[in-house]
Amino acid sequence: MDNKVIVAKDLTKKFGNFTAVDHITFDVKQGEIFGFLGANGAGKTTAIKMLTGILSSTSGIAKVAGYDINKERNELKKNIGYMSQKFSLYEDLTLKENIRFYGGIYGLTKKQIVTKTGELIERLRLSHIENTLISEIPLGWKQKIAFSVAILHHPKIVFLDEPTSGVDPITRRQFWNLIYEAAEDGITVFVTTHYMDEAEYCDRISMMVQGKMKAIGSLHELLEKYNAKDMDEVFLKLAR
Amino acid sequence: MIKVENVIKNYGSVEALKGVSFEVEKGQLYGLIGPDGSGKTSLFRILTSLLIPTGGKASVKGFDTVKDYKSIRKIVGYMPEHFSLYMDLTVEENLQFFATVFNTTVEENYHLIEDIYKMLEPFKDRRAGALSGGMKQKLALSCALIHKPDVLLLDEPTTGVDPVSRKEFWDMLRKLKDTGLTTLVSTPFMDDAELCDEVALIQNGNILTIDTPANVAAKYPHKLWKVETENNYKTLKALDNFEEKISAFSFGHSVHLATNDNVPEKAIREHLLKSNIKVDKIEPIKASIEDVFMELMR
Repeated sequence: MDNKVIVAKDLTKKFGNFTAVDHITFDVKQGEIFGFLGANGAGKTTAIKMLTGILSSTSGIAKVAGYDINKERNELKKNIGYMSQKFSLYEDLTLKENIRFYGGIYGLTKKQIVTKTGELIERLRLSHIENTLISEIPLGWKQKIAFSVAILHHPKIVFLDEPTSGVDPITRRQFWNLIYEAAEDGITVFVTTHYMDEAEYCDRISMMVQGKMKAIGSLHELLEKYNAKDMDEVFLKLAR
Repeated sequence: MIKVENVIKNYGSVEALKGVSFEVEKGQLYGLIGPDGSGKTSLFRILTSLLIPTGGKASVKGFDTVKDYKSIRKIVGYMPEHFSLYMDLTVEENLQFFATVFNTTVEENYHLIEDIYKMLEPFKDRRAGALSGGMKQKLALSCALIHKPDVLLLDEPTTGVDPVSRKEFWDMLRKLKDTGLTTLVSTPFMDDAELCDEVALIQNGNILTIDTPANVAAKYPHKLWKVETENNYKTLKALDNFEEKISAFSFGHSVHLATNDNVPEKAIREHLLKSNIKVDKIEPIKASIEDVFMELMR
């Protein structure tokens, strides 16, 4: 039980008589890169909102980073990171100010913030723009900064909702290198994407279809089970 | 049908388009392929007369985008990246609204959108705001087509769209092409490029190359290998000190490795084995548009 970062059992969310998430049961191990796929409207966003403590479940239970998603929301939020394709950075603050702001929000001490700021800027090699407004920084860099800020407090798990949408192919790959580094560092990564080559970079892949988790397994397991040559084919077979 | 000549667009000190030129012929499905921030949206806004270029000129069906802006607006169908629909009108009301604005009726041009709209008809009384992403996109396309435009301009219609809806959308575009419609479509998905008649790859306000998708892929200058191992990350690290390497990138569960022409498969295999990496398969492959794009970006 100790090394499970997500344990979900029969997790369900209804809006009126529409069931957005329908009894999903799964778990995610520490340090795992977990792909969460599905068509538009399959219930991914609703599931993520429950797992991050924003939305309560209608029935079923889930623990994330050891905390109950309905009863221990405040503790839960301190132990997770989140990044979406819409930037979580403040455009009219500089790079350094954004890091300081988020460090404060995550409850880091002044000393920790100074250390983390230095580390982050050095790792991404951004010292030449540390005092530049975020609005003036190119998109590809912003994505990498947003990810690094989302794991500033070394959370047990980080949720990435289509983090590479619209990004150029080289930056997309550099972004995935950051994901691998975070996972090696023990941070669990929960990621959604519409790029099927990226799905193949995950340790395990799950697929939502109309609110249900229709498939879950490693790439090789899924390719074998659905007799497919790649994830694109698996996706088409399951979603149609 | 579309002519873009040395178009420049500056926003203050930011150069969004640095002298872009290309031509789209009548009946072509033409792809503008590039990531966010490459200048695609500025170009669309110039072509629809919504933005005046800093330099150069552009025309659609012979109409200058600055001088003849009124004529341009009648002949283009435009689907901007962020939905152009009225979220508090129903599906049917949106369509009627766009038809009325262009002095036509839904009935008159219904045949143009029949295939697409049929999928929406069961939801015609639903507010646009309550549709799923794929449905919104079909409605936006119907609205852009309802006045029978000569040229269809689609700015990133498949961004944020899942692989199934994306495939359906491209099937619709191929069908529209068969009716003789000229379409310019932009996308950050490199694999969408293969479905166009001709493509321009764009990055940082510059066109990198223009050709048919097959010719673009054939331009790849190196020998390319697909390397399948137990782990891409370890493989890329091991290839860092492979002297024959020109570039190496992850592609799904394999790595694409570019080398000089005279490098044998054995050399790659032995290098990886020396780093204790279990090799499943190494085979020569043809480059994709994505391989070429990254090569041109380097």
